[in-house]
Amino acid sequence: MATLQLRNISKRFGDTEVIKGIDLDVNDREFVVFVGPSGCGKSTLMRMIAGLESASDGDILIDGQRINEVGPADRGLAMVFQSYALYPHMTVEGNMGFSMRLAGVPKAERRAKVLEAARILQLEPLLDRKPKALSGGQRQRVAIGRAIVRNPGIFLFDEPLSNLDAALRVQMRIELARLHDELDATMIYVTHDQIEAMTMADKIVVLHDGVVEQVGSPMALYHHPRNRFVAGFIGSPRMNFLPVTLVDISPEGVTIGLPGGDERHVPVEGMHLTADTALEIGLRPEHLVLDEQGPLSGDIKVLERLGGQTSLYVQMGDELITIMADGDVAFRVNDTVRFGFAPERAHLFDGEGRALESLHQHPLAGVTRHDNRAPGTAGEPA
Amino acid sequence: MTTRHINAAPPALRSQQARQLLLTLVGWAVALTIFFPILWMVLTGFKTETAAIADPSFIFSPTLESYQAVNARSGYARFALNSVAVAFGSTFLALLIAIPCAYAMAFLPTRRTKGTLLWMLSTKMLPPVGVLVPIYLIFRDVGLLDTRTGLILIYTLMNLPIVVWMLYTFFKDMPRDILEAGRMDGASTFQEVFYLLLPLTMPGIASTGLLSVILSWNEAFWSLNLTTSKAAPLTAYIASFSSPEGLFWAKLSAASTMAIAPILVLGWMTQKQMVRGLTFGAVK
Repeated sequence: MATLQLRNISKRFGDTEVIKGIDLDVNDREFVVFVGPSGCGKSTLMRMIAGLESASDGDILIDGQRINEVGPADRGLAMVFQSYALYPHMTVEGNMGFSMRLAGVPKAERRAKVLEAARILQLEPLLDRKPKALSGGQRQRVAIGRAIVRNPGIFLFDEPLSNLDAALRVQMRIELARLHDELDATMIYVTHDQIEAMTMADKIVVLHDGVVEQVGSPMALYHHPRNRFVAGFIGSPRMNFLPVTLVDISPEGVTIGLPGGDERHVPVEGMHLTADTALEIGLRPEHLVLDEQGPLSGDIKVLERLGGQTSLYVQMGDELITIMADGDVAFRVNDTVRFGFAPERAHLFDGEGRALESLHQHPLAGVTRHDNRAPGTAGEPA
Repeated sequence: MTTRHINAAPPALRSQQARQLLLTLVGWAVALTIFFPILWMVLTGFKTETAAIADPSFIFSPTLESYQAVNARSGYARFALNSVAVAFGSTFLALLIAIPCAYAMAFLPTRRTKGTLLWMLSTKMLPPVGVLVPIYLIFRDVGLLDTRTGLILIYTLMNLPIVVWMLYTFFKDMPRDILEAGRMDGASTFQEVFYLLLPLTMPGIASTGLLSVILSWNEAFWSLNLTTSKAAPLTAYIASFSSPEGLFWAKLSAASTMAIAPILVLGWMTQKQMVRGLTFGAVK
């Protein structure tokens, strides 16, 4: 049982403010992912929660208690480091039992707890090995095991998968999700990889330049990004942006003029717009459809066949537009294609990069990873 | 068939082999040149005084005459014990002071850390004779002249800059994540140092300590000036063999051999550790 609240947290290094007043609520047993480009402050934020870095301003509360002045070990947290940070001179068992050894836990009890964690992580045959005799994935599991034995209220993961190869990363991602269900603990996870964020999170916190851009479920962020930054950051391949003109505003939506002259009606809230507002349309590559009657067109510059899908990179004026098309499309480089989109899939952004709110909530926008499971399975939030 | 293959080795390979051979020969020549004075000293120690000043020769009938004479004259053991006490005592004290100091500099640096380090090292650039008189007077006034404590103190201060500097570089190479993981696991600063930092930087600490022992062992300036008999280490012992009665080469050689023997053995036994420590962090 552990909740975390951040109240107006900020961090300054000298004159540079790297975290600029962040408020955040993390609920019990939630899997929260901090995501953002490098240098956005996500790791600093986690280190402040861990107590390895002090907050310049604001309050950090765990279970309602202010813990700004509490030492890292007494916050009821455990952290898994990007570099694993195993103790190289200790065996796997020594690594996992170190916190208990410091706390003066009797040897027998220590061993029992280590064995329990080793069982969960399938580390039993490796307990006598030193870290240098382990593979990357095994080291990762020992680092997680070291966190588990502390029985923390909140787990902190600082880019834990970035040192693993792609195949292992996918496997560990699944294992971490399983572990979250099994341990029933609150987890906070830092990554710059939006796929990790999308697949594991109950709640994603998108950070940029020390500011929270948006907090929400993965599907909410995907379908209803609050601004251009979140829209571009969440989703892979990246969203396409094109400048458009404002033609008409009505309570039912906004009519825009596309490059090439066609007009489309997009169902978004636009009553506050003025006639001279600069607008941009955001279209995800997977929402663009090849269509001979489509309003948009351009020349294919690059064509990547992935088997099941084909990525088309189409030159439209100054923009290179990405289209995810069917695996079997017969186009070649330099062919001209026409394409379109369903208006309800389009996103509109004003001159400041703010998204115009969609008039229809996407049916999956509220869905989290928990909701994907059948009711009654372990770890179902009450 | 095989022979023909070897004979047919390409010229490039043969010139490479020749280079290898040349390098080996040069290496041996340099090593032997450096080692020769020590070898000659050891040999001279086993000669009679007459043989020692006669034409240099490798062929002679070895005798322990000089060793017996040296031992009869003055107790080698007492001087050796002083050397051991002073060298190890000052090294222990220097490490005791330098470890917390290097910890602070490596893990909690401030804007002035680099400057402080340089300043510490700069004290080594002053010729010690410049402070001989003040230190001699202070030692006389506080009663530290001719005491082991006094020598330990002066050697500690003498070696501290280099010990702090070396430990600092070893500590800096230690991944911070490991110490932070320790802190997350509940380690106090002392436990962090004792359970994590020291075991992981032990090769570095060992080679630093060894260097400090050797420097203290070989130090002659302060030991000759600040001791007379009670606390005199081996350097003073050897010096006592020159002057008044003229130079007795065989006895001087025997005494010198006995003076360097302990440190030579120590160096021999720990050379692996030494080299590893001195190149620690250079190659990752």
